[in-house]
Amino acid sequence: MKIIVPIKRVPDPEKADKVRISEDGKQLIFDGLDWKPNPFDEYAVETALRLVKDSGADQTANEVIVVSIGPEEATHQVLWCLAMGADRGMLISGDDRELDATVVARAIAKLVKKESPDLILMGKQTVDGDSNQTAQMLAGMLGWPQATFAGRIETPADLSSATVTREVDGGSATVTVKFPALISVDVRIVTPQAVNNNMSPPDELNRDGARFASLPGIMKAKKKPLERLTLEDLGVDTSQRVKTISYSRPAARSGGIILETVEELVQKLKEEARVL
Amino acid sequence: MDNILVIAQVFDGQVKKSTNATITFASRVAAFTGGSYSVMALGDDLSGQTEDLSHLGAQKVILAEAPGIDQGLGEQWVPIIEQVVRKGSFKIIASPSSSIGKDVLPRLAQSLKAGMASDVTDVSYESDNLFYVRPMYAGNVNCTVQITTETEVVTVRQTEFDPFEAIAEESPVERIDIPPPDMAVERIEFNGFEKSISERPDLPDAKIVVSGGRGLKSGENFKIIEELADLIGGAVGATRAAVDAGFIHNDFQVGQTGKIVAPDLYIAVGLSGALQHVAGIKSSKVIVAINKDEEAPIFQVSDYGIVADLFKAVPELIEEIKKTT
Ligand SMILES: Cc1cc2nc3c(=O)[nH]c(=O)nc-3n(C[C@H](O)[C@H](O)[C@H](O)COP(=O)(O)OP(=O)(O)OC[C@H]3O[C@@H](n4cnc5c(N)ncnc54)[C@H](O)[C@@H]3O)c2cc1C
Ligand SMILES: Nc1ncnc2c1ncn2[C@@H]1O[C@H](COP(=O)(O)O)[C@@H](O)[C@H]1O
Repeated sequence: MKIIVPIKRVPDPEKADKVRISEDGKQLIFDGLDWKPNPFDEYAVETALRLVKDSGADQTANEVIVVSIGPEEATHQVLWCLAMGADRGMLISGDDRELDATVVARAIAKLVKKESPDLILMGKQTVDGDSNQTAQMLAGMLGWPQATFAGRIETPADLSSATVTREVDGGSATVTVKFPALISVDVRIVTPQAVNNNMSPPDELNRDGARFASLPGIMKAKKKPLERLTLEDLGVDTSQRVKTISYSRPAARSGGIILETVEELVQKLKEEARVL
Repeated sequence: MDNILVIAQVFDGQVKKSTNATITFASRVAAFTGGSYSVMALGDDLSGQTEDLSHLGAQKVILAEAPGIDQGLGEQWVPIIEQVVRKGSFKIIASPSSSIGKDVLPRLAQSLKAGMASDVTDVSYESDNLFYVRPMYAGNVNCTVQITTETEVVTVRQTEFDPFEAIAEESPVERIDIPPPDMAVERIEFNGFEKSISERPDLPDAKIVVSGGRGLKSGENFKIIEELADLIGGAVGATRAAVDAGFIHNDFQVGQTGKIVAPDLYIAVGLSGALQHVAGIKSSKVIVAINKDEEAPIFQVSDYGIVADLFKAVPELIEEIKKTT
């Protein structure tokens, strides 16, 4: 099985409150922030690795390809995913601040023509833009089924389809998609039993979360194939459909008061705030 | 004159309040552009919701009824909505930013060759252009965008628009023919829906929310959160850590990647206030935090804080509220 996992670099998600805005409101400033793979994309890589693990006699038939559209610096995040265990990387050069979801989807659609994967695994959203669009746009472009917000995935041993439990409002919906298909993953996908390929021994529990790249993994990653392409090479139409006009800071909340007793709290909620 | 199509959110036999918030958005846009809005609903059988839908001030109520489309899968809905958009020459398509809205609208945008803005919190109008505000970076940055295609697609963040109040006047109702299914439909099969049971208010609609975090330590202990919520008519929420640990169903996760809430009162119990959690509660009117660690970041965004062991403070709080009401 061949899986493509599109990944994006984002400024350290734990420091999202440290992103600054230029005085004219036209630019974001990331000074002093580290870049990381988008957490949901790490989860997608983890999911891909769990799906192909122990599957089939011929492991060489399985391939997990990570691809990022971004500047040269995004090589680090592609390498990180290779170090996690992905087999092959691609970096399509482009300024990731100048892309909208449509351009990203178009670029990946071109790669799909080239690579004919069985499955595309993506994050449900990037935690920088929080837009949650690219997967659904890409699936629409390809005419593929989309199982969005996956919290659990089970595949039959022949890897021809996936049964996906989707985290949706009001509960969980389960769908089966026939490959080729696109799945976007939610946070629960990296809990220990969320991915079942009916192949890995049942007693073999995955650890919680996406795996870390190990030191030997990092050494190996440097020898794995990493192809560099441009949007032009792929013939991608780079016209955007959404234009950023400006950035601003939302009104901040500030800390209030610490109360000593529960009586005081109830009194404040009733008489001062009038919310009880 | 740009006409707007609102995709209604119907779940469990009800037109959800998020629909009314989206109508408020649409009426604001209509006032800017001099256009009008229609509302469209899709489902197996919408006879029970037609009445509610027809009092939303819409030019027209458009119903698409077909067996098996209740689930709101993008593969099924997109061709149906697309046909309505093209026939009715709608220029702006809006839906609540619900899980259905998030699944369907980007795919719709793609088929309409339209640009899309997700989770819009505000809209303005200048020199014939609409400008949408949307949060980024877990709500730490607001971004103003303009969609440059002829058709514009948006999802609307419910908590930032007051729900439209039903009016007496009735809109005409039209039932449409369903176009042949998309190829992709044949490759997806719906197997079932497991409802997360709750008699409490929906999180995004709730006036009061009580949320618990990892500090609760077990699903069993989570009952005190529920008891407090029930006492004051609130909804129950949780952090990702609490959900991941299995204390409660994932449908109750609040935050950047869960539900966005904006109650009058948010009570945060045994949760640290990670920025991903705070992203979902910022628009609350009053935030109360109960945490035993005075350094917990939640105190930086809460109006009232109590530094105490929750297993002592919450039962006391329950008693105190009972006593004073
Ligand atoms: C991609 C991504 C998306 C995420 N999305 C979300 C999201 O949508 N929502 C979300 O909530 N999180 C989200 N998170 C997780 C987030 O980063 C935090 O890990 C999570 O919110 C922490 O949950 P918590 O506060 O319950 O746990 P902790 O951070 O462990 O905090 C527990 C708190 O309980 C207190 N406590 C413990 N015992 C007691 C006691 N007896 N009495 C009183 N206080 C006590 C402790 O002092 C501590 O402050 C996301 C993370 C990532 C990477
Ligand atoms: N520049 C990019 N390069 C590769 N993949 C991307 C890029 N931007 C978005 N994606 C993918 O699309 C998903 C959803 O992103 P978004 O629609 O921006 O929230 C991400 O989780 C990635 O899998």
